Amino acid sequence: MSAPLLEVEGLTKRFGGLVANEDVSFAVGAGEIVGLIGPNGAGKTTVFNSLAGFFAPSSGEIRLGGLPIAGLPPESVAALGVARTFQIVRIFKSMTVLENAMVGAMLRHRAVPAAARLGYEMLRFTGLERRAHEPASRLTVAEQKRLEIARALATGPRLLLLDEVMAGLTPSEVQEAVEMVKRIRDRGIACVVVEHVMEGIMPIADRMLVLERGRKIAEGPPAAIASDPAVIAAYLGEEYRAPGA
Amino acid sequence: MRRRWSWPAAGAAAAAAAALFPLLVARPTWQNTAILMLMTAQLGVAWNVLGGYAGQVSLGHAAFFGTGAYVSTLLSLKLGVSPWLGMLAGGGTASLLALLVGWPCFRLKGHYFAMATIAVGEIVQALVNGWDALGGAVGFSLPLAENGFWGFVWGRSKLPYHYIALSLLLLTLLVNWAVARSRIGYYLRAIKDEPDAARSLGVSLTRYKLYAIAISSFLVATGGTLYAQKELFIDPGSTLSTSLSIKMALVAILGGVGTLGGPVLGAVVLTFIEEASRIVFGGTGRGTDLVVYGLLIVLIAVYQPAGIVGFLRERWPAREAGPRGAGARGEGAT
Repeated sequence: MSAPLLEVEGLTKRFGGLVANEDVSFAVGAGEIVGLIGPNGAGKTTVFNSLAGFFAPSSGEIRLGGLPIAGLPPESVAALGVARTFQIVRIFKSMTVLENAMVGAMLRHRAVPAAARLGYEMLRFTGLERRAHEPASRLTVAEQKRLEIARALATGPRLLLLDEVMAGLTPSEVQEAVEMVKRIRDRGIACVVVEHVMEGIMPIADRMLVLERGRKIAEGPPAAIASDPAVIAAYLGEEYRAPGA
Repeated sequence: MRRRWSWPAAGAAAAAAAALFPLLVARPTWQNTAILMLMTAQLGVAWNVLGGYAGQVSLGHAAFFGTGAYVSTLLSLKLGVSPWLGMLAGGGTASLLALLVGWPCFRLKGHYFAMATIAVGEIVQALVNGWDALGGAVGFSLPLAENGFWGFVWGRSKLPYHYIALSLLLLTLLVNWAVARSRIGYYLRAIKDEPDAARSLGVSLTRYKLYAIAISSFLVATGGTLYAQKELFIDPGSTLSTSLSIKMALVAILGGVGTLGGPVLGAVVLTFIEEASRIVFGGTGRGTDLVVYGLLIVLIAVYQPAGIVGFLRERWPAREAGPRGAGARGEGAT
């Protein structure tokens, strides 16, 4: 078996005296969907920021396709094939919907018309093509989250980091998002998904990682995680039962 | 749909009017005002590449303007080089200076960047003031000797300066337009809107800001050479002052930041206001223009952050894009 797409070993991130991540290790295979869950403040977004190059880890290794990427700036990590969305949406508000997607596409397509074609294709993939020429600021928050996904996909990533893309969505919108993540995976793109919406992530994740106070406390298939006493105590509580569990 | 043709049509009409103006109006002071307007517009459009599209507000652009003026003047005086070549050399020197200055300054964000550029402008001004080889506080005079096109000096008629200023403005607009439509233009707007998101999509902030400042400073420096050749006299006060830097920013902000034609509109309005205030207050002092600048900055900030272009877009929104100005930026105007 070849090396996994993403390997994280002993990832630690400190901010002064605060330890946001401590000795976190995991791997993500090509085309795999991995859920990353845990209570607020557990360090999920910090993991994302380290993976995407926004933070330099205090210690530990991050390898993408065998290549060490820890400490590289975000633009270099993006060029190597890691794309992300933001927990609080950060679309380009002065641009149209299509132009937003085009900025992503320009990473691998320097010519503007080629970027426009790819950008439009990504809008179709995320169901935004009919709004292509509207100002992006007029989209609803749910649509803006989809636009962030379209924009990230347009960079041609191998690994996509999705930060709470299902938060605040209606149940039917969650269902659409679930379908979209599956279609992204079907394109051969691995996804790491930070999510509080268990109905959204549990059915599609190949594996789940659970963080608490910066440490990994559990890892395994969704069904096992849902019945893990440590996870229930730390995060899920008694209400959530995995489907079929 | 209306905006599709109305903006280019308005632009073509304005260019035609600018081309005909000195043929129809013979009074020298008015001709001079028109040249001043074109030159100010050119500087505003050039400033806009960095300040408007990339959102990096520089208040030190006089340093680049002065570089253009000094490099061409020195080359002409000491080595007899044609000011046209001096213009290119001045542009190149200004771009180099801009890259040197930009490298550390772009680590600063927002107001801190603007403050650093003020410091750069002041440092360059102080340096030239105290440096005898650069003319010190006295400056340089160029000889009034007509020597054909390559000499770049005309004593009897203002017409050549008018058409050079107009050509330079059109060229600067063309560069601006080409940049805005290219990948660099998209990246600059992305950087202005959401720098972190831009980085996550592979955009190196420093690299593209450096592109922007190099282009912007080159264009501003060509304006500096034109100024030196028109006035035939330069000193730190006239080519390196902070109020000149503020003026470049102000015409762009007044007209509409990040738009192609905005700085031109801003320059027309500002020059009118300045000339009017000069007529009303006479020669009582150089302070009146600063009072006008201050008043305009307050008015724009409070009532119309999108400038004159934003105001026009509110009144005549483009049909296909919807009420962009009214929806996104109109809160302050109501």
